[in-house]
Amino acid sequence: MIDRRLLTHFDWPLLILVLTISFIGVFNLYSATFGEAESNLYAKQILWMGIGLAFALFITVFDYRFYRDLAYIFYGISLVLLMAIFVYSAINPEVSRWIKLGPFFFQPAELTKITIILFLAKYFDRFSKRDGYLLRDLIIPFTILLIPSLMVAKQPDLGTAISLLLIGFSIILFVKIKWKSLVIMILGGTSILPFMWNFLMPYQKKRILTFFKPEIDPLGAGYHIIQSKIAIGSGGVLGKGFLKGTQCKLHFLPAQHTDFVFSVLAEEWGLLGGFILLGLYLLFITWGVNISIRSKDRFGTIVAFGVVSLIFWHVIINIGMALGIMPVVGIPLPFMSYGGSAILSMMAGVGLLLNISMRRYIF
Amino acid sequence: MQLNSQGVEDLQRRYKPFLITALIAFMVLGLRAWHLQIIKGEEFSRLSKHNRIRIREIPASRGMILDRRGRILVDNRPSFEVLLVPEDIVDMEKTAEFLHRILKITPEDVGKRLEANKHRPPFKPVRIQSDISRLHLALLETHKLDLPGLIVDVAPRRAYAWGDMASHLLGYLGEIDRQELRQSQFREYQMGDFIGKYGVEQKWESFLKGIDGGRQVEVDAMGRELKVLQRVESHPGNNVFLTIDLDLQMTCETLLRGKEGVIVAMNPQNGKILAMVSHPSFSPSLFAGVINHDDWETLIRNPFHPLQNRAIQGQYAPGSVFKVITAAAGLEEGVISPQEILSCAGSYRFGNRTYRCWKKGGHGKVNLHRAIVESCDVFFYQVGQRLGIDTLAKYAKGFGLGKPTEISLSDEKPGLIPSSEWKKKVYDETWYGGETLSCAIGQGYILVTPLQLLNAISAIANGGVLYLPQTVERIEMANGKLVKTYPPIPMGKIPLSPGNLMIIREALYGVVNEAHGTGRIARIKGMTVSGKTGTAQVIALRDDVAEEDTPYKHRDHAWFVAYAPPDNPVISVVVLVEHGGHGASASAPVAREVMKKYLHIIKEEGKSTPLIARRKEVDSLNSRGSIR
Repeated sequence: MIDRRLLTHFDWPLLILVLTISFIGVFNLYSATFGEAESNLYAKQILWMGIGLAFALFITVFDYRFYRDLAYIFYGISLVLLMAIFVYSAINPEVSRWIKLGPFFFQPAELTKITIILFLAKYFDRFSKRDGYLLRDLIIPFTILLIPSLMVAKQPDLGTAISLLLIGFSIILFVKIKWKSLVIMILGGTSILPFMWNFLMPYQKKRILTFFKPEIDPLGAGYHIIQSKIAIGSGGVLGKGFLKGTQCKLHFLPAQHTDFVFSVLAEEWGLLGGFILLGLYLLFITWGVNISIRSKDRFGTIVAFGVVSLIFWHVIINIGMALGIMPVVGIPLPFMSYGGSAILSMMAGVGLLLNISMRRYIF
Repeated sequence: MQLNSQGVEDLQRRYKPFLITALIAFMVLGLRAWHLQIIKGEEFSRLSKHNRIRIREIPASRGMILDRRGRILVDNRPSFEVLLVPEDIVDMEKTAEFLHRILKITPEDVGKRLEANKHRPPFKPVRIQSDISRLHLALLETHKLDLPGLIVDVAPRRAYAWGDMASHLLGYLGEIDRQELRQSQFREYQMGDFIGKYGVEQKWESFLKGIDGGRQVEVDAMGRELKVLQRVESHPGNNVFLTIDLDLQMTCETLLRGKEGVIVAMNPQNGKILAMVSHPSFSPSLFAGVINHDDWETLIRNPFHPLQNRAIQGQYAPGSVFKVITAAAGLEEGVISPQEILSCAGSYRFGNRTYRCWKKGGHGKVNLHRAIVESCDVFFYQVGQRLGIDTLAKYAKGFGLGKPTEISLSDEKPGLIPSSEWKKKVYDETWYGGETLSCAIGQGYILVTPLQLLNAISAIANGGVLYLPQTVERIEMANGKLVKTYPPIPMGKIPLSPGNLMIIREALYGVVNEAHGTGRIARIKGMTVSGKTGTAQVIALRDDVAEEDTPYKHRDHAWFVAYAPPDNPVISVVVLVEHGGHGASASAPVAREVMKKYLHIIKEEGKSTPLIARRKEVDSLNSRGSIR
């Protein structure tokens, strides 16, 4: 399946870019958990990165149109896994998001981020409408999007549910909807918001309210935001230096190795470090868009765009949260946050990008 | 694989808006970082030094536990606590030495407490000791400034108004452990919180807990509060009203003082527990603060197991009380008629073994009624033999034996009703006919908890309904608003036709009220009672040894189950006195006193104001009873 021609078109810059961010991430994790009970987290992260990378390269072996043929099956598998979580958590109330595979915990919701992209790309590839989709063309995509989103929200994992919805909406906007349909969609969406509100867990409602008025929860999320802002703000221009971040070392930061990794980085490396990371993400996004543009195939174009939107939303929401301008929802920072499932899904996305990129000349 | 290239061009125009959006979003992030790190950098830098912003918890006042008439059983009192903030300690050695000198806390104990909390953020206070005296409080307050990191705080702790009373029912608290913290029901809890670990305190935790508040404060380098930035008030937990009656419970406690055993009283018409005593008991106040290591050792090493609630965790042979069930099964299956007469010569020969009757000389010619009244073993050997073990087991289960009653208390035991299938499974042996004979009179493999037996007798008392035994009447908010009530819950009907039920009830009446009845001692003046005695063998007694000469731990357990009045019972009671010898002499008088007291209570209650009118009084008690 792989021939010499493909190797010459391999997208080395993209791979190097991802590895650079991952390297910064491991460094940062080492500092975030330095002197802790779980101080070997960075080593586990390296292991996950290795597995993720192997996974990404494996994905490039087959022509990406092979995944188009399997898209519905992949989607079905992720639904079954989410269903399994449902049953599993009913039996064992300690578990709500994880499936245990040997020594590893696996989070099916993360996998869904990729399978949703593949499904929607296949759907819009099959039914292409040059002058834009009507609302009734979107009934199936919306259903496909809402089923796993609601299941994930019910786990309860609000962050992942929101990211699924954002990825889905981004793709739908990308494939072009008729203006009239878009307006109706927005109006309809805002009218079901109150219903969705009732669906949320009390603590999730609290979190969203806290975003708009952090002072209503000065002991919980409000406090976390303040501490994150102190961490970032006290970093100044150049930061306090590697392993010198006091906010993190003294545990003022909540979830410093997952949701608040950016705060750790910005405290120790200052504005400079933060800007470099933002720059790398922006580079990734433009590079990804470029891959999407250059693909000669509608499916590939949409998938590449879907992966870009996945990275984009995660970066914006996670860093925005750490900076105190986004709601406090648990969303990982791509290639930076600790977490095997998240790394695997992001790396699968990278694998798809590489795949589409190296097959851009095929007709 | 086909390629869909004609669908690509129309997408080309869609990138521009996305890229513009992305650029703006990244610029917003960058500007925000610049704002925090450059413009407000100084301010945050100051706040981060010594970490000035902390949370100090304001614990919620836990709900009270009251009796059915609103009398306080458990409330809260203020306790002065010594806490350490690891992050603020400057001289650990000096601090430890000071604590040792003043409070007699060894440095090892301090180390242990800090170690246990080491995964918590170091700026969170760790509780070192609860309930320090006023003298110590004064000493600590004066030295506080020399010892940064040492805090004295006041926190509400449990106060058990009546000491050991009903300790198994009320339960106790303990600090939440790491395993519990992982459970989703404890999502809102954190290390150092107290939770119910046993009894009502455990099962009604979610109602009793309340909502903690806290202060977001700015502190100085010594950990002293400079100013309160934000404050969230705590909300007290709900008050739980039990079904038990304080006066009756007290009487029961007194009756069992110095003995090991159980008394449970129930309203047979709805399954509500009126009193529950298991002796020996323990003092739940030991658990109110950080429990002392020695106290804990003493409790768990005690050979009489004071932490065990014998009413639901003690499993005993039911003895002759079980004859009621054998009789019921015999009547329903038609293997014995009420008129049939069997003779008892003091023993019964089965296979190559002789099964004795408790009455050496024998009962002579007896019918079912007399056999229950005089508790004739030989009669029931024969009934049991005709039924067979599996039929007998079916009926025993029909009376709710061999499975938990599902009362909402911690760790209820199921008891054991053997069958041939059970023996095959557990011992891989066939069932012997002789074993059926032992079971028919409540010995052998059969095990019941006192509560199961009470529930079965209550069903006979109320006309056949097995109720879920309940200990909580209702739940109210601190301001008296009703949260929840607990209506009676029927769990099933005992397998007994009305006619046969009458026969059994008449026999139980006879046990107490007829000549030669084994429970005559339970008679109450001016009131009739029905009941059944029982003696649970601990080991097979030898004929030639008098009861007084038997070593204490080999003496039999004495049972008595009863209800009164026979026609429309308002109370049913089970009494078990461990190693008390015969049921008639040891347990029946106790049951009599319990019923007497209760009948007196409801008579008085009828005379005085009804319960509803007393509500105002309860409310005023509530507002006085807890720390706010």
